[in-house]
Amino acid sequence: MIVAHLSLHDFRNYESAELALSAGPNVLVGSNGQGKTNLVEAIGYLATLGSHRVSGDAALIRAGRDTAIVRARLQHAGREMLLEAQLNRSGANRAQVNRAQAKPRDLPRHIASVLFAPEDLALVRGEPSGRRRFLDQLLVQLSPRLAGVLADYDRVLRQRNSLLKSARAARVSESQLSTLEIWDERLVEFGSEIIGARHDLVARLRPHVAEAYERIAGPDHAAELALQLSILGVQPEEDGAQAPTLAEDVAPADTVTAFRAALANVRRAELDRGITLVGPHRDDLHLVLNALPARGYASHGESWSFALALKLASAALLRAESPIGDPVVVLDDVFAELDESRRAQLAHAVGDYEQVIITAAVLEDVPSELTGRTVRIVAGRIAEDGQ
Amino acid sequence: MYEGIVQELIDEFGRLPGIGPKSAQRIAFHILTTQSFDTTRLAELLAEVRERVRFCSICGNVAEQDTCSICRDPRRSQTVICVVEEAKDVAAIERTREFRGLYHVLGGALSPMDGVGPDNLRFTQLVQRLADATVTEVIIATNPNVTGEATATYLTRLLDQPGLRVTRLASGLPVGGDLEYADEVTLGRAFEGRRTVEA
Repeated sequence: MIVAHLSLHDFRNYESAELALSAGPNVLVGSNGQGKTNLVEAIGYLATLGSHRVSGDAALIRAGRDTAIVRARLQHAGREMLLEAQLNRSGANRAQVNRAQAKPRDLPRHIASVLFAPEDLALVRGEPSGRRRFLDQLLVQLSPRLAGVLADYDRVLRQRNSLLKSARAARVSESQLSTLEIWDERLVEFGSEIIGARHDLVARLRPHVAEAYERIAGPDHAAELALQLSILGVQPEEDGAQAPTLAEDVAPADTVTAFRAALANVRRAELDRGITLVGPHRDDLHLVLNALPARGYASHGESWSFALALKLASAALLRAESPIGDPVVVLDDVFAELDESRRAQLAHAVGDYEQVIITAAVLEDVPSELTGRTVRIVAGRIAEDGQ
Repeated sequence: MYEGIVQELIDEFGRLPGIGPKSAQRIAFHILTTQSFDTTRLAELLAEVRERVRFCSICGNVAEQDTCSICRDPRRSQTVICVVEEAKDVAAIERTREFRGLYHVLGGALSPMDGVGPDNLRFTQLVQRLADATVTEVIIATNPNVTGEATATYLTRLLDQPGLRVTRLASGLPVGGDLEYADEVTLGRAFEGRRTVEA
């Protein structure tokens, strides 16, 4: 699938922009702060209903405006499709598919993109929440139904935390606390489904990650990943300085039983602290490089390569499993960070995707095999380069 | 912003559920400028509604007497009770004209975030209604969302007693709709709840 045309209205710094894109590599060149990333952010928005840079939508709407519009014309297998997202400062966002009213959450079904940006270094070095978001976003792209399960889990979690908090404040009657079991049951139901789905995803991702890492960094490097489950007693946020041993990649034959047991175990502590201590919201994706945890041991370059390998692996997985063909691969400002040989490896690794969009401040940073079509961006204006 | 009382009126309408600032403004100006609009009648109704309306002492539905018209109706089956969250759910089910039993309005769903626990809902009254074993089936018709499902689970445990059948409304495809337009969750539920078709 490719994005053949992108139009923006009042999105970020663009009052209005029209950008034609072609299959194969496209390079957006411009100095810093001209709006290159805003263009690829818009594509990412349609694919994930979020931005890789900010958590709310408000920052995406041009200052002083109430509504931003992102429209994309897609091509896949000889068919065209028109997607539109309308972001509203107040009130719900709207969406259109082929000019017919649709729900925003229908958009990601038609467009897949994998975006790699400098912020992704946090996948390796940052908090577990970033890695959970990475997994969940990919899950939803592969199986849209799971968006509902994740949202329901989150609702149950907030209800349960409220109950625990009020229990702690002793504002709560005996009978009200008895409903904790009810919420436990729902937490286990949705939580087990998420754990199962993530576990499955990690298993499918693993060979792709190992392969992608080797491609970037050369052989004799082993990149491994494993899901660390808080219901099995692994508390990633509390392991501190001590290097965690590589968690057995256990998918408990019966996640539900393990989850229930874990809840029973931490009941006292949960009542003391007023929060839910085990469940997929406390799990982590453990990244291991040559038998050492990447977080804390990997060098800057290695961390970069690992983050990149995770993104390339998700692109490979989407390509293999998604009904809409290749995802649009977006490399946002990444070549400047890589040395000559890694640039060439990366160019090689993404070269055969249906569409690749690259942003760069300096065209010379981009390997020549990817500079087919170049577009210059100056102060929110798009100028074709005619190459 | 308008001056004084007009803005106050708009703000007050805007506090009502389902009414945004623009609708609030439109209603306020309609009242202000339409001569035929009887403001006294509306004011009277607003003043009286809380005085006159009571909640049925048996089922919790809105009523003008001590009990509601459904609980007073001898033609209705006394052996089935349908449990709903709000009185407006009674109206929704009544529109179907399919259900001829009695109702029980809980007054909401379990939601710790809103401070709603079992003590705030009419569970005890429900258990009392079941005491004399006239009722043989309880249909749980709480909403198919997180709080409604939690309430249903709570009820299932609460009502676990011999001789009482507890059922839950089915979830599935909307009638007259197209399969292709159903969202994945609904379609998934419909798959789970599929039935054998008799030849």
